[in-house]
Amino acid sequence: MKSKGDVLRVVNLGLKVDGKTVLQNVNLYIKEGETYALFGPNGSGKSSLLSAIIGNPTYRISSGRIIFKGQEVTPLPTDERIKLGMGIAFQTPPRVSGVKLIDVLRFCAKIGNRSEEEIYEFAKKLKLEDLLNRPVNQGFSGGEVKRSELLQLLLLNRDFVMFDEPDSGVDLENISLIGEIIREILQRDTEAEKRKKSGIIITHTGNILKYVDADYGVILYKGRIACVGNPEDILNEISKNGYEGCINRCLREFPNLNNLK
Amino acid sequence: MSEGISKFEQLEIEKPEVKSRLESVGIELDPSKRAASFVQVDQETATASSFLESVEVMSIKDALEKYEWLEDYYWKIVDRNQDDYTREADSKDVNGYFIRSLPGKKVDIPVEACLYLKKAKSRQKVHNIIIAEEGSELNIISGCTSHPGVTSGMHLGISEFYVKKDAKLTFTMIHSWASDVEVRPRSAAVVEENGIFISNYVLMNPVKLVQMYPTAYVEKRGTAIFSSIIVALENSVVDSGTRAILKGEGSSAEIVSRTISKGGTVIARGHIAGEAPEVKGHLECRGLMLSEEGKILAIPELEAKYPNVDLSHEAAIGKIAEEEIFYLQSRGMSKDEAIAAIIRGFLEVDIKGIPEILKKEIDRAISMVEKDLF
Repeated sequence: MKSKGDVLRVVNLGLKVDGKTVLQNVNLYIKEGETYALFGPNGSGKSSLLSAIIGNPTYRISSGRIIFKGQEVTPLPTDERIKLGMGIAFQTPPRVSGVKLIDVLRFCAKIGNRSEEEIYEFAKKLKLEDLLNRPVNQGFSGGEVKRSELLQLLLLNRDFVMFDEPDSGVDLENISLIGEIIREILQRDTEAEKRKKSGIIITHTGNILKYVDADYGVILYKGRIACVGNPEDILNEISKNGYEGCINRCLREFPNLNNLK
Repeated sequence: MSEGISKFEQLEIEKPEVKSRLESVGIELDPSKRAASFVQVDQETATASSFLESVEVMSIKDALEKYEWLEDYYWKIVDRNQDDYTREADSKDVNGYFIRSLPGKKVDIPVEACLYLKKAKSRQKVHNIIIAEEGSELNIISGCTSHPGVTSGMHLGISEFYVKKDAKLTFTMIHSWASDVEVRPRSAAVVEENGIFISNYVLMNPVKLVQMYPTAYVEKRGTAIFSSIIVALENSVVDSGTRAILKGEGSSAEIVSRTISKGGTVIARGHIAGEAPEVKGHLECRGLMLSEEGKILAIPELEAKYPNVDLSHEAAIGKIAEEEIFYLQSRGMSKDEAIAAIIRGFLEVDIKGIPEILKKEIDRAISMVEKDLF
């Protein structure tokens, strides 16, 4: 069944949290080398979608399937999805009391087949050398949390990586660094045909897209995929006419999309 | 000495299971790694030898014979009438160790002292006196354990610590008993002006009961730091407290405990009393429940008898947060690996001022038994 370059297929996904429907009939198809930008207002289900893909046990899938590299992963625990090639940078990861950043990094490096030297090299690049012996996220600033997520992902070296608002709460000085690292993780500086890495970037403001280009933009609205297109066009349309305006235009242009009204 | 050798032979140290019991409580019996060794098997001294001139080690019996002045230290800060157990320990056949660092001498290499319970169903009575003389530094590993296969017995241990002016004493006690052994240490310490007393306690194996409440009397600008790492497995009851009486101006105390219940009962007590100006004390009890059975009771107490004191405490008990497990799983750890990492982190107490070698012994004691927790 596996077609060439097929990385992620989300098929008719429905998701409930505490009995409330969060996602409905979500379909997404991402091929090798492709990066998607995911837009949507607060509460539209963006983070829930990533949580379902990565397998957060508190999110119960009510219908549909998630297929990764041709294999159904819906019943698999998170760590097995990671071993198959997924990765995620959380928007607000928890503090892990007592577990040092360096210990987590060593674990990531083992999975990503990276050397001890690379741990320190990347930590230096992300300006996190002084935090290595601190428990993960304990007393980290907002920017440090974001950079620590990226450092872990660099070492994990996965094929399909999701970023949940990597630009929120990051100052101007650091956003270009964060952009550079995401570009590296997603091989955006490699010729399109040779890219192996795929990903999804959630962005509220679109700031990060000034530093990382995406192939497609998607709007998630009220738990459904409402619009797919050129990410810059979508972002422009949202900033001019709001999410509803953008979606209405999408519906005119693509009448076959889900009927949202 | 010939009697000592025969007792030593009784230890059967060449047996791997005995060696491993000793190692699990930090006892090496290797002169290149220790400043002195003391081993007591049941009531008899098996070995008492110092490899350095700056530290004296002998049995308490020999010490009381050798030094008349030791009467001033014997039963002076622990009351011999405190309870039935102190009265039982106050007997003719009591043994124990006397360890003393000479004035101004700094002994980096640790002294090891082992109290070994060999005979099943016996009652081991111990009275220890430890003196860090003025300006000296002394590190002690005290390992208490029972012979493989000896599942029942009683250990009564009186310990009196004297940290003289400007001295520093680090005392690390590692216990590894068996499921039906009852342990009742009775300890107290006097920390004189500018003295530092660092006391660490590690208990990770099954035991029937541990009950103790060591007390430090801290004088002018003295410091007492207590850290305990306690795991109560099924059928174990550990009632362990620490008390610091801040008697002198500018004295301070820090009491930290990390307790885990996996089916057993832990009572983590702590008490800091501020009785002089400018004293500072902090108490931290953290507990982790790993099973539906068992119990952790944290009882932190602060007592001020003077207006100008700074006393605080924090206590928290909980289970491992699901979101922390999930987060580590998102880095590729299996659920079990994630739980193991979090427990290891929980048990890793950052003990201030502890020499690296003692830190390693504590880490080793933890790593030798932590697999039983998962």
